[in-house]
Amino acid sequence: MADIIVLEKMNKFYGTYHALKDVNLTIAKGEKVVVCGPSGSGKSTMIRCINRLEEHDGGRIVVGGEELTDDEKKIDLVRREVGMVFQSFNLFPHMTVLENLTLAPRLVRKMATVEAEAIAMKYLTRVRIPDQAHKYPSQLSGGQQQRVAIARALCMNPEVMLFDEPTSALDPEMISEVLDVMTDLAREGMTMVCVTHEMGFARSVADRIVFMDQGEIVEVSTPAEFFAAPKSERARTFLGQILAH
Amino acid sequence: MSFDLSLIATSLPKILQGLGLTLNLLAVSTLFGLILAVGILLMRLSRRSWLVWPAKAYIYFFRGTPLLVQLFVIYHGLPQFGFIRQSVLWPLLREPYWCSVIALSLNTAAYVSEILRGGVLGVDKGFVEAGKALGLSKFQRTTRITAPLAVRLALPAYSNEIVSMLKSTALASTVTLMEMTGVARTIVADTFAPYEIFIAATIIYLVLVWIIQTGFTLIETYANRHVRKT
Repeated sequence: MADIIVLEKMNKFYGTYHALKDVNLTIAKGEKVVVCGPSGSGKSTMIRCINRLEEHDGGRIVVGGEELTDDEKKIDLVRREVGMVFQSFNLFPHMTVLENLTLAPRLVRKMATVEAEAIAMKYLTRVRIPDQAHKYPSQLSGGQQQRVAIARALCMNPEVMLFDEPTSALDPEMISEVLDVMTDLAREGMTMVCVTHEMGFARSVADRIVFMDQGEIVEVSTPAEFFAAPKSERARTFLGQILAH
Repeated sequence: MSFDLSLIATSLPKILQGLGLTLNLLAVSTLFGLILAVGILLMRLSRRSWLVWPAKAYIYFFRGTPLLVQLFVIYHGLPQFGFIRQSVLWPLLREPYWCSVIALSLNTAAYVSEILRGGVLGVDKGFVEAGKALGLSKFQRTTRITAPLAVRLALPAYSNEIVSMLKSTALASTVTLMEMTGVARTIVADTFAPYEIFIAATIIYLVLVWIIQTGFTLIETYANRHVRKT
């Protein structure tokens, strides 16, 4: 399978703080990768580098054959093909759900409004909230907002979806409705990189689990290996902490 | 001292003859000021220091000196220079109306650019990131996301600035303009009854401020309709 994301010896600094240390990771088309690790381990920073919401300071990032540099044109090209879902949803508050979904297809893909709306309704149906199309984000529950955010990213028909702790800001009873949508998406063959603490989701959906700590990738394993017999002491400690209760 | 209520009643329509000029000064200066403010804002928010520095200096100067002094410098000060009297701007600078508009516009632009900057800084970074992640260009992110949200955040402070501008137009009376305060001062000179005449002027200013405030409340309610819950 073709590699859609290649990270090579990627480094990232915040001032003198070394946030990412020689990160190497290759993700194939169709693969589902879950990234986990303690807070401050660099998980979010790493996936935010993939669509250049953060700039890396060393090494190479190649997404869909385009290397990310200061070239704004290439950055825009990559961002069009990489959808992202944020912890805090980040729906545009002054636009209705439908306007949120059609904005980028109209402006970036130059789609006609009618066509963009048809696609928007298709994805809203897929995330099971077509009846909310004309509401504003503030009128929806957290779980609904996050499903809208997923639909918004899908409207651009991306090659890859990045999820940055998509359920961490949700009330417990809303987590499963979002994970269900993500699981459906995985079954349909979407390439996914998810930073999440939802180990049940990781176990059932991930092809590989990337465990990070202190800015490094400590281990990469299949879910079966990772949960049954983590290779590193740090992963064992981490799993002990999050699975204890 | 006697207090003559009927004098208030008879002076009201006379002062209202200055209403047109007051509103004219307010509208024209607010419009020019807003256009200028957006330009200064863009310079102030730029990453290039040679654009930021002049914007900061401009804001510092116009917020740091009294509007009355600025008006006097433009009206009484500039004509002392021969090259000003010979310049293409002289037909404007010789007119008290245009001097007032220029002073009011330059002054309000400094405040409005800072009001708008406050709005821009208040926009949650997450919305801009979502725009980036969707592939929107910098221009598209600015016009579709940052600007509409920043304007909403800036509205309350902006309405305050318009009210302040209305009151500032009274300064135009010091350079001979017969807007409402100018008319009131003339009537006072004739009647020697400053109390009643300025009370009449006060009533008109308060009514105008009420209209401005109510107007902005309606605009804010409309602009923030997305915040309301079902």
